[in-house]
Amino acid sequence: MSIDRRSFVTAAAAVGALGTGALTGRAAFAQQPAGKPVRVGGTLALTGPLSATGLVHKLTGEIYVEQLNQRGGLLGRPVEWVLKDDQSKPDLARTLYEQLVTADKVDLLIGPYATGAILSAMGVAQRYNKTLVHHTFGIPSLAKYDQQFPAWSLGPDPEKSMPAMVLDMLATSPKPPKTIAIVTSKFPSVHFVALGVREVAKQRGIKEVLFLEWDFGNRDFGPIAGRVKEANPDFIWNGAIGLEGNQLLDAMKKIDYAPLHHFYHVPAPAPMLKAPEANGALATTIFEDHPPFTDNPTAAEFVKVYRERAAKAGMPDTAVETQAAASFSAWQIIEAAVVATKGLDDKAMAAWLRANKVDTIQGKLRFNERGNFGDDLGKVKQVQNGKWVVVWPKEWAAPGAKLQTRGVAS
Amino acid sequence: MNFPSATLLAQSVLAGLFTGALYGLLGLGLSLSWGMLRQINLAHFALAFLGAYLTYELSSHRGIDPLLTLAVIVPLFFVLGVALHWVLTRFRVSPFNSLLVTFGITVIIEALLQWTWTADYRKLESSYAEHKLQIGPLFLPVPELITLVLGVGISLAVWFALRSTDLGKAMRAAAEDAPIAAAFGVNQNALALMLSGLNAALAGVAGVCIALAYTLSPSQIYAWIGVVFAAVMLGGLGRPLGPLIAGCVIGVTEAVTMTVTAPSWAPLVSFSLLMFVLLVRPGRVA
Repeated sequence: MSIDRRSFVTAAAAVGALGTGALTGRAAFAQQPAGKPVRVGGTLALTGPLSATGLVHKLTGEIYVEQLNQRGGLLGRPVEWVLKDDQSKPDLARTLYEQLVTADKVDLLIGPYATGAILSAMGVAQRYNKTLVHHTFGIPSLAKYDQQFPAWSLGPDPEKSMPAMVLDMLATSPKPPKTIAIVTSKFPSVHFVALGVREVAKQRGIKEVLFLEWDFGNRDFGPIAGRVKEANPDFIWNGAIGLEGNQLLDAMKKIDYAPLHHFYHVPAPAPMLKAPEANGALATTIFEDHPPFTDNPTAAEFVKVYRERAAKAGMPDTAVETQAAASFSAWQIIEAAVVATKGLDDKAMAAWLRANKVDTIQGKLRFNERGNFGDDLGKVKQVQNGKWVVVWPKEWAAPGAKLQTRGVAS
Repeated sequence: MNFPSATLLAQSVLAGLFTGALYGLLGLGLSLSWGMLRQINLAHFALAFLGAYLTYELSSHRGIDPLLTLAVIVPLFFVLGVALHWVLTRFRVSPFNSLLVTFGITVIIEALLQWTWTADYRKLESSYAEHKLQIGPLFLPVPELITLVLGVGISLAVWFALRSTDLGKAMRAAAEDAPIAAAFGVNQNALALMLSGLNAALAGVAGVCIALAYTLSPSQIYAWIGVVFAAVMLGGLGRPLGPLIAGCVIGVTEAVTMTVTAPSWAPLVSFSLLMFVLLVRPGRVA
């Protein structure tokens, strides 16, 4: 972590004062945007297997664009979001980005979410020398294009930094793990981190008692749960994506097994909250909608509006967490680059972004390491009494929240 | 590699049987439709998920016991099945084209599910999920037991009905040689409508089982197609016990593979088994 909570809150307050003023009070006095709209094009998985999360990004983008226009748009012009449905298909995302550049002739590009679709969009952006800011790209080593900018502060080497952070935290628990089971989907963006966990655990002298991989889309987690139970590790690193975390928890519950420490790489946040057996589950995050994150007025205002709109849209989870925060940050990055360069020139924006830091609701982002990633601003959250709360690093913990091991606080 | 304990192996076999029973239940209607009506009904999977979502809705928001939703879902789906067959015969859809038409219906139903319940995950919280039986070191979760009992019971009932009742014999005769059956007074059209209704009702029952044991999202319709088709082909078209037996063979094979080797090998082993059986005994295993 390169920034501490105090400097974040100070910076956030400054940005927030600017942002919230713009979002609320000042909106009424902002100059009405006029002229030809600045068109920002992108795709999202509005249908298909990734669409549950796609709706989070859609809602976030709608809120941001609406508020951006209320405070004067970009360069005094209104902002129009040209959004297409990539149906959760990376190949379709490629075609649609091609359309956005050549047929729709959008001024700027904003990325889809999910690594596969972002890679597709990145290829098109590179072909046309467009700058691409994207939401949640999971494999920094694959981000080769120098005009792409990640909004998810994963750091350049998450396969090292993420397990190190989680094991640092567990070392403070009353029962630090001496053995580990690493079970993982072979989905690329979680698999390489699971392989990194093997190395980090080995370096720390934690004995690996089980390593299992399954294909994405696996339905039967009973045998995997049985093997975990038989290995009985102190800590399970679950390279699960989406529902897989719930499926393994459910399968373990059916054979009467409750793990001691258990981490899920990319869980489905809402279903995990609703499963009683998930109490104590750990995951990584860049933002949760509780203090100190919401001490930033921009973040607080966004959380408030998002909750209202998500409830109105009938979404089962109305909390702002990693996906919505990364999405919001992507728009913040675009706005910052346009404002700073006073134009829509892709090369100028890219050069500015590589040389400067951008204040976002997840913290200050920089883009000057491998794949234009910067600091790993990840935190660890835990399900406690039906809520996700950040427990690590301690300065980012929710008020009064501490790491719990089977319901007992560290 | 550590060899798994006997308890772990036995628990895996049970898990495979439970999963296999659901493969069998899903495959039963598909097999009858394909074998006796000459319709490759891909919409069967979409109907099953529609049944699962209705179960979720009726149980979560109307407070109806999930098993009691069968009283609504079975007749409703019977009517849907009748309507589907009427449309397919009215427009003289060929067996191959039925694959395309029912794929289209699947996409429409998926869109309807997403429009109604959104793409977010939905989980039916029922009291059944909290219960499990224990026999020695082995655990038998109640939702999976219900699926197994329904799968075995319904497959046996359909097998008995087709084999031993006049109605069943008439259906088999119509499927075998429609003109000759008609010459003996069999009303082929009425029987086909009835059989299509039964198949859709079976999809509804499978949907209730899916809702009891799995988290729902519209796109998961497609996750079942490959393995259930394998169970249907292994079991033999139009054979009521075939999908159940083949489903259990696949389920147990996959579960034991996951227990003994890497879980990612499971699909490879089950589909290798399918190819082997089709080579050795073309057509079916059951």
